[in-house]
Amino acid sequence: MLLEHYLILSAVIFGIGMTGVLIQRNLILMFMSIELMLNAVNINLAAYSKYLSQISGQVFIIFIMSVAAAEAAVGLGLIVSFYRNKQTINSDEFKILKW
Amino acid sequence: MEKAAFYILSFVIIISSVFMITRKNPVHSVLWMLLTFFSVAGIFIQLNAEFVAAIQVIVYAGAILVLYLFVVMLLNPKTHGFAKIPYRYGMTILVVIVFVLQIFMAASMSKVLGLKGMITSEKMAEIGNVKLFGAELFSTYIVPFEIASILLLVAMIGAIVLALRK
Repeated sequence: MLLEHYLILSAVIFGIGMTGVLIQRNLILMFMSIELMLNAVNINLAAYSKYLSQISGQVFIIFIMSVAAAEAAVGLGLIVSFYRNKQTINSDEFKILKW
Repeated sequence: MEKAAFYILSFVIIISSVFMITRKNPVHSVLWMLLTFFSVAGIFIQLNAEFVAAIQVIVYAGAILVLYLFVVMLLNPKTHGFAKIPYRYGMTILVVIVFVLQIFMAASMSKVLGLKGMITSEKMAEIGNVKLFGAELFSTYIVPFEIASILLLVAMIGAIVLALRK
C-alpha cells in the first residue's frame, strides 16, 4: 500500500467530520464529529510513522487521544450544565455568552 | 490481501461515518461511530501500530463512546434536525469539497520529507511494537507524557466543577 492511500482516506474522513460539524445542530453530534476529525489525524500520524520507519508518530497518537478524552469530559460537562439551564442542546440556542 | 483489507476497512469507515453525521437519532449516530472506531483500529493494525489499535478500542470505543452514549441517554434530546438555512447545505458541501481537493492535491504531489528512522517493519516484528513504543514514550517524550497527565487531571477537575449543582 502506498502512503497516498492512507492520506486520501484520512482526508475523506476529515472532510466528513467537518461536514458533520457544519450541518448538525445537535451539540453532542457536533462533538462526535470533532472526534471523527481527530481520528483522521491519527491515521495520518500512524501512516507517516510507518513510512518514515519511526515510532514518534504513534507516541503522538497517544497524546491526541488523551486530549480527546479531556475534551470529551469537559465538553460533555458543559453540555449537561447547558441543558440544565436551557432544557435544550440545540446549538442555535447556544448564545448565552452574548451580553 | 493487504489491499483487500485496506479497501474493505476504508469502505466501512466512510459509509459508517457518513451514516453517523446524517442520522437524526443521536443513539444511532453513536452506534455508527462505534463501527467507525473499530474499523480505524483495523487500519492501525495494518500500519504496524498494534498498541495504538488496542488503545483505540479500549479508550475510544470503550470509554469515550460510553460517555457520549451516557449523555445522549441522560438528556434524551429532542431531534433538532439539521441547519435551518437551506443554502447552508450547499455552502457546507462546497467548503468541504474544496478543502478535501486541496488535501488530495497536496498528498499526490508531496514527497515524504524528514529523516528515515531505524524502526523498520522487520525490526518491529523482531522486538515488538509495545516494547519499542514504551521505550520511546518514557525516554524521548517523558516531559510531554507528564504534561498530558496534568492535562487529564485539569480536565477531571473541570468536569467535576462544571457538573456540580450550585
